[in-house]
Amino acid sequence: MKAADNKTPRKKAVRDEDVRDEDVRDEAPRSQDSSARPFRARTVRARGGLSVRFDVRSFTVVALLLVAALAASVALIGTGDFPIPARDVLKSLLGNGDTGQEFIVNELRLPRVLVGLLVGASLGLGGALFQAISRNPLGSPDVLGLGQGSTAGALTVIVLFSGNAAEVTVGALVGGLATGLAIYVLAWKRGVHGYRLVLVGIGVSAIVTAVNGYLLTKADLVDAARAVVWMTGSLNGRDWPQVWPLLWLCAVLLPLVLGNARGLRMLEMGDDVAYALGVRVERTRMLLMLAAVLLTAAATAAAGPVSFVALTAPQLARRLTRSPGPNLMAAMCMGATLLIVADWASQRAFGADQLPVGVVTGVLGGVYLLWLLVTERKAGRI
Amino acid sequence: MNRTSANNPSANRLSAENVTLAYDQRVIAEHLSVEIPDNSFTVIVGPNACGKSTLLRALSRMLKPNQGRVLLDGQVIQSMPAKKVARTLGLLPQSSIAPDGITVGDLVGRGRYPHQGLLRQWSSEDERIVRESMSSTGVAELADRYVDELSGGQRQRVWIAMALAQQTPLLLLDEPTTYLDIQHQIDVLDLCAELHEQQGRTLVAVLHDLNHAARYATHLIALRDGSVIAEGAPSDIVTAELVEEVFGLRCQVIDDPETGTPLVVPAARQTRVAPAVGVADTSSTTEARDVRDGGDVKDAVNAAKGF
Repeated sequence: MKAADNKTPRKKAVRDEDVRDEDVRDEAPRSQDSSARPFRARTVRARGGLSVRFDVRSFTVVALLLVAALAASVALIGTGDFPIPARDVLKSLLGNGDTGQEFIVNELRLPRVLVGLLVGASLGLGGALFQAISRNPLGSPDVLGLGQGSTAGALTVIVLFSGNAAEVTVGALVGGLATGLAIYVLAWKRGVHGYRLVLVGIGVSAIVTAVNGYLLTKADLVDAARAVVWMTGSLNGRDWPQVWPLLWLCAVLLPLVLGNARGLRMLEMGDDVAYALGVRVERTRMLLMLAAVLLTAAATAAAGPVSFVALTAPQLARRLTRSPGPNLMAAMCMGATLLIVADWASQRAFGADQLPVGVVTGVLGGVYLLWLLVTERKAGRI
Repeated sequence: MNRTSANNPSANRLSAENVTLAYDQRVIAEHLSVEIPDNSFTVIVGPNACGKSTLLRALSRMLKPNQGRVLLDGQVIQSMPAKKVARTLGLLPQSSIAPDGITVGDLVGRGRYPHQGLLRQWSSEDERIVRESMSSTGVAELADRYVDELSGGQRQRVWIAMALAQQTPLLLLDEPTTYLDIQHQIDVLDLCAELHEQQGRTLVAVLHDLNHAARYATHLIALRDGSVIAEGAPSDIVTAELVEEVFGLRCQVIDDPETGTPLVVPAARQTRVAPAVGVADTSSTTEARDVRDGGDVKDAVNAAKGF
């Protein structure tokens, strides 16, 4: 199945007319943004053979998204039953505010925003990794059932053991990791391949959803209410104990992931090409999938299954950078921005802690997914 | 480019020794030994599912032999560091995906991957070699075009340019002319011949068209059912008997009026209706039926049926 899929582009292209003799510059209106240069990236070279390449547009997008995420964070900290102007928020963050405001900003609201930023970033990065590995925009953790797996873990703890918040977190983490492992093992056949990964993920997702439904019917009313709130994905009441583990995980995984990003970029062109170029295909893929599962499971454990961020962030980032390649940094910053903006929007529109952020991202993500399907259909890809 | 750590300097750089090749339980070839003569343009031919793509996969270390070994410069290829192999041996696979929105220049540039590192991402040498590779394949003027806008022939040249940018003395090509029209088939083969003659690279290609193989190869390997039936210069080995033995097809072999190389002319249908004497067993006729599908999975399935 894989070989046949991969051949189609070539087969299709043969039918096109050969346009070699025509004026190339006039023929390529889409090339304008790359200002007719053969290589998109700019290179910085130093003596001793060191050279670093970066794409100006991607770099700018990452920088702008970072600014947006931080600005939204300040706005979010200032939002609530006791509004604080942005200037005072910044003062308090730097330790120059008045005592009352500093308490609200640094003790009450900052950890929640940090959890939001980290969860968004982890989901964005995890989603970008999954989509790149499966070479499919649908190959994201939401669709693959990782969120459902975490939910199953959390529900088990809530319903069967009436566990406390920390135990629920552990349950969600274990559930997510177990689901990730199950998908990998079931999809593995001389290497994990895109369609197989998506199909297996959808199957696993269906099974786990059924289990979740069963667990909910078994729960008493109090547990069920708690479970449903958890299942929507929310930042309410998140505090420093949720910040630190996520921060450490990101600090360890981010360099690992970025160190393998170049190999992942080669994997985009198919396993055979990547092999031929000297990428250790299976090792790279397994390592990155493990990182993606860890990031997603940890984010879900901290905030619940916030829907659609992992699916939409990489696709939005890609459309902004207009760059092939996994766009990992851009997807990560986009995830953080999306989550914080969604949380801020829900608080502004409905008041503090009324609407869990997962509802907003779910609605936005659903609309986005429909738009994606419609445009891809117009482009003839689906 | 340099010959490193060759245990036996007289041996060829790339060879398969007594390999048994299989996908899971499906054995494609047993105890197969092949030498790729240095500086040759070797072409592997044979009916579908004879194991030619599988052999190429084994030679490029994508398929690990169940038994036997593939040697590159005297070393077992699996034991060598992946990037080191990639600097010596290039491969143009059948299945390759051009990422959405990538320019020709950037795609060809990716061929430099095995020469790069985290802190050596794009040297001026990289850029020079990429430009050279694009001009020697005639795609230099397409450098800022998007790959998905190109025609099939141009696209294949771009992929060849990427393999060239890898700067490997050995280059393997898995059915480089499939899905191209006749003009572009010849175009690509001419390009291969130039690379072989002018740059002295050793080329190994799997081809379906026997006449193209006879025209362009300096060394021909004819496979059937996973064994080498004949190998050598095309003018020495391509005979009507060989074609009948390998492909189960009755034919005449005449001199190509253009090049003097052997030209295979299949016998007219009326004369082939009578069963061929002692040849053409059922497996090879089924295999010869669909010339277009050369996918490895299909190969394996067909081979399993054939055996």
